[in-house]
Amino acid sequence: MSETASRYRDPAGETAFWRVILTLIAVAFLGIVVVLPLVTVFYEAFRKGSDAFFEAFQEPDAIAAIRLTLTVAAIAVPLNLVFGVAAAWAVAKFEFRGKTFLVTLIDLPFSISPVISGLVYVLLFGAQSYLGPILKSQGIQIIFALPGMVLATIFVTFPFIARELIPLMEEQGTGDEEAALSLGASGWQTFWYVTLPNVKWGLLYGVLLCNARAMGEFGAVSVVSGHVRGLTETMPLHIEILYNEYNFAAAFAVATLLALLALVTLALKTILELRYGDEIAAGRKH
Amino acid sequence: MDVKIKNIRKEFARFPALHDLSLDIASGELIALLGPSGSGKTTLLRLIAGLEQPTEGKIFFGDQDASLKSVQERNIGFVFQHYALFRHMTVAENIAFGLKVRPSATRPPKAEIRRRVSELLDMVQLSGLEKRYPTQLSGGQRQRVALARAMAIEPSVLLLDEPFGALDAKVRKELRRWLREFHDRTGHTTVFVTHDQEEALELADRVVVMSQGRIEQVGSADDVYDRPGSPFVFSFIGESAELPVTLSSGQIIFQGHPIGAAEPGEGEGKLFFRPQDVVLTDEQDALFGKVTACRRLAGTRIAEIDIANHGHAYHVEIEVPLDAPVTLGAELRFRPTRWKVFLATQ
Amino acid sequence: MKNWRQPSVLPGFGLTLGYTLLYLTLIILVPLAALVWRSTGIGWGPFWALAFDQRTLLALRVSFGAALIAAAINVIFGVVVAWVLVRYQFPGRRLLDAIIDLPFALPTAVAGISLAALYAPKGWVGQIFAPLGIKIAFTPLGIVIALIFVGLPFVVRTVQPVMAELDRELEEAAATLGANRLQTLSMVVLPTLVPAILTGFALAFARAVGEYGSVIFIAGNVPYVSEIAPLLIVIRLEEFNYAGATSIACIMLIISFVMLLVINMLQMWSRRRYSNV
Repeated sequence: MSETASRYRDPAGETAFWRVILTLIAVAFLGIVVVLPLVTVFYEAFRKGSDAFFEAFQEPDAIAAIRLTLTVAAIAVPLNLVFGVAAAWAVAKFEFRGKTFLVTLIDLPFSISPVISGLVYVLLFGAQSYLGPILKSQGIQIIFALPGMVLATIFVTFPFIARELIPLMEEQGTGDEEAALSLGASGWQTFWYVTLPNVKWGLLYGVLLCNARAMGEFGAVSVVSGHVRGLTETMPLHIEILYNEYNFAAAFAVATLLALLALVTLALKTILELRYGDEIAAGRKH
Repeated sequence: MDVKIKNIRKEFARFPALHDLSLDIASGELIALLGPSGSGKTTLLRLIAGLEQPTEGKIFFGDQDASLKSVQERNIGFVFQHYALFRHMTVAENIAFGLKVRPSATRPPKAEIRRRVSELLDMVQLSGLEKRYPTQLSGGQRQRVALARAMAIEPSVLLLDEPFGALDAKVRKELRRWLREFHDRTGHTTVFVTHDQEEALELADRVVVMSQGRIEQVGSADDVYDRPGSPFVFSFIGESAELPVTLSSGQIIFQGHPIGAAEPGEGEGKLFFRPQDVVLTDEQDALFGKVTACRRLAGTRIAEIDIANHGHAYHVEIEVPLDAPVTLGAELRFRPTRWKVFLATQ
Repeated sequence: MKNWRQPSVLPGFGLTLGYTLLYLTLIILVPLAALVWRSTGIGWGPFWALAFDQRTLLALRVSFGAALIAAAINVIFGVVVAWVLVRYQFPGRRLLDAIIDLPFALPTAVAGISLAALYAPKGWVGQIFAPLGIKIAFTPLGIVIALIFVGLPFVVRTVQPVMAELDRELEEAAATLGANRLQTLSMVVLPTLVPAILTGFALAFARAVGEYGSVIFIAGNVPYVSEIAPLLIVIRLEEFNYAGATSIACIMLIISFVMLLVINMLQMWSRRRYSNV
């Protein structure tokens, strides 16, 4: 290349100097804000040695917390999955008045503090409520028990799957389904063999995000849990208790499990995006 | 200002886009870069503008080496294929942009900018639309805003990339005439890129025919149509028929037989002729083939002829007189009156 | 009202819409209605007294103030991060892009204890600032740090796709007209990003205002100083002061909705102003 190179600059790009500066800013910012906290979780967990780390999982309370977290997610995620698919079918495949309003309502939990999400169930089912005493006389306990924690989790993770599916199914239109119906398929067959395969990766993506949030939810669950050790403690709540008891090593040990869950979720999400990018493209926003 | 392109070569990630290409553009000329997609015409335009950097070679604006100047300093007016108007600015703001971004030493005062903008709007016949946003304009209007915006900086060269590509046929014809008048009035050195030969031939003083990163021919509309310099130009511009022939002792030989046309030279080559440059004949020394279709085209009749060749046929189309006795399936004998043979060795 | 929906040959509309509405009503609307209903039961006088109690006011100020600052910081750095990820090629770009979503996937309690450990006076970052007399953890500064963590993906992920769609020809056009890079970025590129930036800001802000888990560990939770509104709700609940909890929740919801409404209007205005769609 001759001396001509010196005066040429990419008209739609920054100079190399600014590219380096901006890249360094971005890397430094992400490093401090995102990477450092993640590294800290693992560092603190193993600081007292691996014995302390594995001890944390021998505790019956920790095992109970893990079990409860899995139970809550195992109930909340499928329920939101069914809702998400139904809502997406109604919203994306049909035109009706009030659709935008309905979508706004579905989004509502995103803009409500998790603490308020828990509070509303306490107000509805708690001891001081109208329903509380009635339920209690029937031997049903919702607040400070599993049902309340499941409800709070459902509330918080409510929009995830629907939000993923609606834009995707809207984008795909109704042509495929109409073709299937004209070929004699029943409604269920159409859904099962035509619609579902078209959105399966988007659906999986939504389930992943929903699950990650369900297992990690803290605020809403904390309000309705009542903090009964070994009974109404999910992993995030167990972490809080351990932390407040200054049992940092154990708190961070349990935290590593949730951090691993987050990392696996991210990895799967990234793989889905890379591999099936166009099939989930409509749902890149949270 | 005149533009000299000297031995320009451009590679994109090892893939050559332009091979050792030179071209002189005279001051005030209207030049068309014509070629199929992938011929390198847009790359050449972007190199002149300074939007790309040549791998080798130089471009001169007048006596000045343009490679010593950045895009900003070249003072060129570039009209993009899709106009690239700033959507968040009004028509007037778009046109004023090039003046507003000048350093304060050379920036005209506000009143002067306003005056220039209204002058330019007048020139592109869009007065009264200065407050509109680009999305509120028709395609043709956007095109003219883009032109006015480029003209506002009083460019030394005006470059247009497929200026009419995104317009529908009717608007395209109107704008084409309008651009010609505009050029005649302003006298700017203008280079435009097109894949539409009609557009190039009608509008340009000189047409640069490009193919696969090379210039095939530079010339007036008459030159490139009547005196094509290469097989590519012959087949790319206008209708043509092409047959493999041999030149031998002053005769053109096709499939072992002379076809009744003389041409000096010896060796294998390709015979080109236009459909209208043939006569029907009864003589033995002629081309002949079976009429496979016949269709009326305005004032003429086109006969499609298959010339037998071991297994498959050469397909040619020729113009025949309206009253000529042409029967489907029958044999037709004809001879080119004007032709060109390109020898394989050339 | 007969034509409230367009006819379609697809089956299942009644079933799916019915189920959607039922589930939505049971899970979201009835509980929210309970909140509103309970707050009306308090009566205006006590409600105001509870809502404008000094401690509540300061908690709200901490929550909204910190959320505002964090969202603003996220807008500045989020735009840079998105630009770098969209425009530049460098080793590790994919990885960097993937970890943007970590704050979204990492449970808030985990983020909370980790940030607290990191910014405590003896933590990796805290010990750098401690000698300078700057305390981060257990002060309002720590709250801002936690909210930056939580809000980051919202800004980056809303701005990024819009940047990817930017037409480079616009920047080239600006350059041919003589604009230098800074002028092109500020006069041509930035205005087209404004609607997306506002959306990202709104999302990050909304999330930050209600955030609880990641904040309470690092905040120190000193009443009147570093106590956030969601925490005050929890405290009131633990005191069985349901009226108190309800009134704070109501105020938070109202302020959030008003702010989102304002931002939505701002966004609509900017979309009209800057992209004319």
